[in-house]
Amino acid sequence: MSTPTTTTETRPDSSASGNALTQRRSRPGEVAFRLAMQACLLIAFGVLAALLTWVLVKGWNRLDSRLWTEMPTGLVSRLDGAGVQSALVGTLWIISLVALICLPIGVLSAIYLEEYADNTRWYNRLLELNIQNLAGVPSIIFGILGLGIIARALGLGFTVITAAIVLSLLVLPVVIIATREAIRAVPQSIRHASYALGATKWQTVSRQVLPSAVPGIATGSILALSRAIGEAAPLIVLGAVTFITFNPDGLDSGYTALPIQIYTFITRSQSEYTELAAGAIVLLLAIVLAMNSIAIFVRNRFEKRW
Amino acid sequence: MNPTDTTNRPSVSIAGVGAQPTGTSKPDAADPVMELSGVSVFYGAYEAVRDTSMPIQEKQITAMIGPSGCGKSTILRSLNRMNDLIPGARVSGAVTYHGQDLYAKDVDPIEVRRRIGMVFQKPNPFPKSIYDNVAYGPRVTGMKVSSMDDLVEKALRDAALWDEVKDKLKTSGLALSGGQQQRLCIARTIAVRPEIILMDEPCSALDPIATAKIEDLMSELSNDYTIVIVTHNMQQAARVSHYTAFFTAEVDERQERHGRLVEFSQTGKLFTNPADKRTEDYITGRFG
Amino acid sequence: MSTSTSNAGSAAGSALRRGRRRPVDSTVKVLLVAAALVSVATTIGIVIALVQPTIGFFQQVSVVEFITGTSWTPTFAQKAYGVLPLVAATLTVTGVALTIAVPLGLGSAIYLSEYANPRTRKVLKPIIELLAGVPTVVYGFVALFALNPLLQKWWPTDDGPAFQNLLIAGIAMGIMIVPTIASISEDSMAAVPRSLREGAYALASTKMQVSTRVVVPAAMSGIVAAVVLGISRAVGETMIVTIAGGLTSDRIVLNPLEGAATMTAFIANISSGDIPVGSLDYDSVFAVGALLFLITFALNAVSIRMVRRFREVYE
Repeated sequence: MSTPTTTTETRPDSSASGNALTQRRSRPGEVAFRLAMQACLLIAFGVLAALLTWVLVKGWNRLDSRLWTEMPTGLVSRLDGAGVQSALVGTLWIISLVALICLPIGVLSAIYLEEYADNTRWYNRLLELNIQNLAGVPSIIFGILGLGIIARALGLGFTVITAAIVLSLLVLPVVIIATREAIRAVPQSIRHASYALGATKWQTVSRQVLPSAVPGIATGSILALSRAIGEAAPLIVLGAVTFITFNPDGLDSGYTALPIQIYTFITRSQSEYTELAAGAIVLLLAIVLAMNSIAIFVRNRFEKRW
Repeated sequence: MNPTDTTNRPSVSIAGVGAQPTGTSKPDAADPVMELSGVSVFYGAYEAVRDTSMPIQEKQITAMIGPSGCGKSTILRSLNRMNDLIPGARVSGAVTYHGQDLYAKDVDPIEVRRRIGMVFQKPNPFPKSIYDNVAYGPRVTGMKVSSMDDLVEKALRDAALWDEVKDKLKTSGLALSGGQQQRLCIARTIAVRPEIILMDEPCSALDPIATAKIEDLMSELSNDYTIVIVTHNMQQAARVSHYTAFFTAEVDERQERHGRLVEFSQTGKLFTNPADKRTEDYITGRFG
Repeated sequence: MSTSTSNAGSAAGSALRRGRRRPVDSTVKVLLVAAALVSVATTIGIVIALVQPTIGFFQQVSVVEFITGTSWTPTFAQKAYGVLPLVAATLTVTGVALTIAVPLGLGSAIYLSEYANPRTRKVLKPIIELLAGVPTVVYGFVALFALNPLLQKWWPTDDGPAFQNLLIAGIAMGIMIVPTIASISEDSMAAVPRSLREGAYALASTKMQVSTRVVVPAAMSGIVAAVVLGISRAVGETMIVTIAGGLTSDRIVLNPLEGAATMTAFIANISSGDIPVGSLDYDSVFAVGALLFLITFALNAVSIRMVRRFREVYE
């Protein structure tokens, strides 16, 4: 037999509770916890902001037209008149090719997975897992793929097109995953309305689903391209680490790219290169962060709320 | 509450196959344009609706009523093969349209939907202009039209929306009110000149005034179109339809719920003199 | 209303048959499948690229030596192929990175999800996502030229950290991973239903109690997935360790103040030079690559499973 008294013992004193409600208890633990969480945010992003500012200051003297009108050099004596034009042009070449190769393949893959694939089939589930896994494969492994298969086995050599194919495959999962999410966000009712009017599957996809998914696809695509712009590791494996003092003139041309050029500057022990590296980093960051900002803006501004 | 005695009633029209309407609001219709016989719809192994047989009469409004979960929407969606879009959905029995089984192997569901259009529960205009919403169907089905402008105008007039939108055809369909959106969806549907229009609780998301407009529109449209409407609103069925099918949900020995057609007959008869006790209980509000 | 509206007369029944071919639709489907197969081909390509030279490598170096050897000196006259020094350096850097990134990332996520007002959150979330896009070569640069001099200056004793060392690479990597961990953890905390929080508040819980005892446990699989993803990124990260982590690999280095080559740094370093195809050095790149691929593959599998679980629970 349980006694009813056990429950009343723990109950707050009801006769005084009217007053108790108005006495704000101070909870030091609460305050400390809140401050600690806030501090995490401030430290993490404060340090990052400070470091990026430091780069800006460090590279300030190099932030002029020399950066894009002059070529890199391996000679310290000529460093004053050096820039990163060949790297900038190389990056533009590569990224245009990545856009041409990666975006169509990525968007079409996503359409297949979202609209056509029957995901009760094992091969479609495998396809999905494969893409998720590829998204987590280290970029340097893609460099090895490029080295072993694309450059050597396919014989494309250490050229602009090899770099573009490797970086396209690297960021392909980003485009696919973002596009799938954008397609999934288009409500089913729109598809049904289209089918009920006698539209075919492709008509429904191309005229209703894709136009509605454009903001999401654009965001994912820009983020993917900006990631490709910043990648250096696969290109190192592809032997891009040299002072290239000419701009690429075709798909089979030699090349350098901004992140690779920055790495090359860093590996020079002479401190004169540090400033130029910082200047080139500011240029790279300006491009990458501008693209990311556009991507995030597009997503927040144009994404449809259904 | 209901004064009529259920035992002393001529037995008619259960499961409707033999129902011969003696028209009140409309003269006798010709042969049914569609016929369901022994139709069951499955989702995977689950049988959502069992053994449904009923005709759809040409240029009449047929209402499907019943409590939620009774399978009326499921049956409606089997009439133009919208169920194909749900993975695992399967239909047995025969749904015929002018004598052609819609589920025969060589039938193209796109051609089916081209002739049997659908209006949905929630207005779902495309995120495009009003004009493009209406023009979408004719464009995708490759209809030969001499003037798209005329076709759009006519569809919007037929849907009683023209006067409200004629000055803003280029604005988004999503900018309209709920009732206008639903009439836009109806305009969009009739723009492809279907023979039959299926309506899945078209007024459930609308206010009473907008509902009244849609109901008027339905009566108007029944001069030219065969209409099948699912509604949870009995008064609506009584107001607009010529025939009514009453569905209910049954629990079988394995504790699974299945939808079932209880009674099909002319609307006037079903509401004043139902043949089945369950119908009577439902329409008099005694249903569980 | 005209009476001639319906186009589908009684002849309509037969017109329903699949007479009309739809060449566009079938062509499109072929294209879509082809595109989807590109990613399959990529994986197959990676495996082929890794396997063949790796087999060549293990024909000359025993698997046992590779796995248990404590010295990795392919470029020395006295060659040794024990991968442990590379693995140890990778683990050390990853450990340092996680020590920094997990608390900072989680703390940021809790603040954003539970404390920050919606407007702050709306501003901060995109900034975090923006910072996640900073190229890693930038982190390598600041680690070597900004963080390391600071560390040297403030170091209390004389025998300070080396010019390139694992600590500094780990710190930079930690800062790099914070946005990833913060962003994914925040997503999973945001996915915790309101009703769960309200239930706890109704029992007179404080905000800290709700955060630590309700939200964090409920979001745990998402948080674990974020951390595992962070580990995977740290293990596979190349530029920071190549620039700031050092090159020693002839012995196992466990002191983070010394420099040592990680798996990725070895691959990057040796391939920046000219190595003859088919040589043992060339093949060793692929053998290390294969090991790296296997490790990250396992980590990805765990992360994918975790993400799926938290999606299943609340979506």
